[in-house]
Amino acid sequence: MIELLSYDFLRRALAAAVLVGVAAPAVGTFIVQRRLALLGDGIGHIALTGVGLGLLTRTSPTILALIVSALGAVAIELLRVRTRTGGDVALALLFYGGLAGGVLFANLSGGSASLNSYLFGSISSVSTGDLYVVAALTVAVLVTLVVFGRELFVLCQDEEVARASGLPVRFLSLLIAVTAALTVVVAMRAVGLLLVSALMVVPVAAAQQLTRGFRATIGLAVVVGVVAAVGGLWVSVDADIAPGPTIVLLAMAVFLGAVGAGRLIRMRRTESP
Amino acid sequence: MNVPFSLTGGEVRLERRLVLRGVDLTVLPGEVVAVMGANGSGKSTLVRALLGLVPLSAGRTELYGVPPSRFRDWKRIGYVPQRLSIGGGVPATVREVVASGRIARQSRLRPASAADRTAVDRALRAVGMADRARDPAQELSGGQQQRVLIARALAGEPDAFVMDEPTAGVDSRSQATLAGTLRDLVAEGRTVVLVAHELGPLEPLVTRSVVLDEGRIVHTGRPPTPQGECARPGHDHVHPHAPAEEPGLLS
Repeated sequence: MIELLSYDFLRRALAAAVLVGVAAPAVGTFIVQRRLALLGDGIGHIALTGVGLGLLTRTSPTILALIVSALGAVAIELLRVRTRTGGDVALALLFYGGLAGGVLFANLSGGSASLNSYLFGSISSVSTGDLYVVAALTVAVLVTLVVFGRELFVLCQDEEVARASGLPVRFLSLLIAVTAALTVVVAMRAVGLLLVSALMVVPVAAAQQLTRGFRATIGLAVVVGVVAAVGGLWVSVDADIAPGPTIVLLAMAVFLGAVGAGRLIRMRRTESP
Repeated sequence: MNVPFSLTGGEVRLERRLVLRGVDLTVLPGEVVAVMGANGSGKSTLVRALLGLVPLSAGRTELYGVPPSRFRDWKRIGYVPQRLSIGGGVPATVREVVASGRIARQSRLRPASAADRTAVDRALRAVGMADRARDPAQELSGGQQQRVLIARALAGEPDAFVMDEPTAGVDSRSQATLAGTLRDLVAEGRTVVLVAHELGPLEPLVTRSVVLDEGRIVHTGRPPTPQGECARPGHDHVHPHAPAEEPGLLS
């Protein structure tokens, strides 16, 4: 591992892995708390249209993915509020439209091959410019969570109580959706848009097998996220396999381990009260 | 104006159905008002309308003299929603949930203060959950979770409470705890509006009861006394009683 760090591209990949490992589970904890675990998936699909547009216009797929996914997140939130029934169909339309649009635009640009690196991730091809964008987005995400964390906790716990506490519910709902969109773009390079949501949800699912509180869950989920992202990157370089799926499968393995460990802990707790 | 809750001509439509029809309800400081009635009579909708949580199709509601959309003094209001469980897809400790009740008194960038911690401790003690503060709230029994939700409202130190079925699914010990908590609030001059299917140990504290039937107020005054089978202590209350079945209620 140490001698691998002499490679520039691996240093950049490692930095990106750490950033993704921190940002995705941190936001993911609030998303799971709000019972919107699949939100990341939806935004990921929509982001693909941004990537396609970026390839087509020969501008930055990352920046366009950022813009389109942020707009998509706002659209999802508005649909969620406006349409009580049929809302999930409207969301499905948005997702498929996003996916189809992305593939079509990429195809038109003649860059279908590079679309793959966005669909499934290519952390080892992260450029210095990409890394700056990812770092800036991660900072934006973390600052948002620190500043609005208390309010977001109330919102994600019980929206009606948030309203009866005088919180700006509409603003906070959009804020968490847009923050999720930023996170999707952060995680896009590491694990790809189709697996983005896994890094937002699986570390949280693993952590909550072992934790008793919300803060503890965020903390442990971030640890799991970093371990999975860095460990997955290392294994993939070592074994010369694709990093995206390796990272996600490693996170899944941690989840399974946490389920077992959680059972053991609870059994012991009930045996010796 | 110092009137905690005032609803005039309140009408609520949910999915085209009229759930509340022309309801007038003014709650003065220090009152303990019980909103009663059969399932589906509009009790929950009424108290949620008082807070502006459901839109009125006619009439107006005010919190301390201000419509909910322009009301800014939410720290004066404590809301205990009707929930089967505390909710949220991630574990939260009892203390975390109760501490979140301080939100209307906190500003964005300031960390929790000593006053916050003291209020949370006091709220936990008031509902007898201080020894469970570090436990995951979602793993508690229904009655204990209800006490946590009440503690969350208490932690905000509001002047007026709205409690939606605080005694539903709560064992008799938790009900007794709740009655004690409520007695202290009343002694401090707080205002309470609570929805209840039956009052149980809360009865002596209630200063006025309002009975709803099909979205209309059909009785106002002293709480109706249970009669017949209902009057037997500890009876299992399973039958829905429409007010018409109870003689004297409409008179």
